[in-house]
Amino acid sequence: MPCVSPDGKPTTSGMTTLKALKNAALSPEEIAVKTGQPLFRVRSGLRELKSAGFVEEAEDKYKLSKTGEIAIQ
Amino acid sequence: MFVFIKQGENKMVEAQKEEMGLPILGQKAPDFEALTTQGTLRLSDYKGTWLILFSHPADFTPVCTTEFMAFAEIYDELKKRNVELLGLSVDSVSSHIAWIRNCEEKMGVKIPFPIIADLNKDVARKYGMIHPEQSKTETVRCVFIIDAESKIRAMLYYPLTTGRNMSEILRLIDALQTADKHKVATPANWKPGDPVVVPAPSTAEQAEERLKQGYECKDWYLCTKKIPESE
Repeated sequence: MPCVSPDGKPTTSGMTTLKALKNAALSPEEIAVKTGQPLFRVRSGLRELKSAGFVEEAEDKYKLSKTGEIAIQ
Repeated sequence: MFVFIKQGENKMVEAQKEEMGLPILGQKAPDFEALTTQGTLRLSDYKGTWLILFSHPADFTPVCTTEFMAFAEIYDELKKRNVELLGLSVDSVSSHIAWIRNCEEKMGVKIPFPIIADLNKDVARKYGMIHPEQSKTETVRCVFIIDAESKIRAMLYYPLTTGRNMSEILRLIDALQTADKHKVATPANWKPGDPVVVPAPSTAEQAEERLKQGYECKDWYLCTKKIPESE
């Protein structure tokens, strides 16, 4: 998995996405611009991060969950 | 009795056709979720960008290796055109990873795009990538050009023996995007910068009018124009 490793921790690209969400809820398009990652990878990665509980989705934007906030500390 | 047998045969043929799939130009590209070298990807992950979905027969084979290096070489040009690449074969993710590492180590070419590991042939069947007269188990060399709205805009099918031409693939992308942007068509052997074809008139009045519009016309139905470089 590109954003979450088999042991359940965010990978390097997963951490890049999480850090982009540090201060604001962003859409996948905004995350792609902010991180320089291709949009298809951002969308795929957000699915994994959401499934693993690191991010939450609301109105087409993503924000850090409590677990996500702890992960980037 | 004969009728029942015939109906049964027809149903079987229809079922086989459905299983093989045969995409049609202009239709929505069949959706999929697939394991790739860059994680699990869905077709919908590419919405808003153009996508070249292409298949190859097998990893660690000579023609496919030359093609992958060639695709990698045009990747930056494709990105300038808002186009992503996604490869596919019926090999495993482990095989794909070993092969792309080999390409980098032995050939010095990094493969920057993901490759679908279609071991159960789910995607290959949806896109009609397996042609039994070529191979019953491997995918042939298909190229599907899918636009930002997920519509199939062009398809190429090459046999196992023949590697694809990257210049033609880039030319095809340029032609499709030019046609969309300027509402024109492109003539034979067109390349960027060449005159484009003005769509044929649909009424006698339009045919008369277009002769006065400054186009270069061989006749009323065959007119071309230059697109200014700034556009």
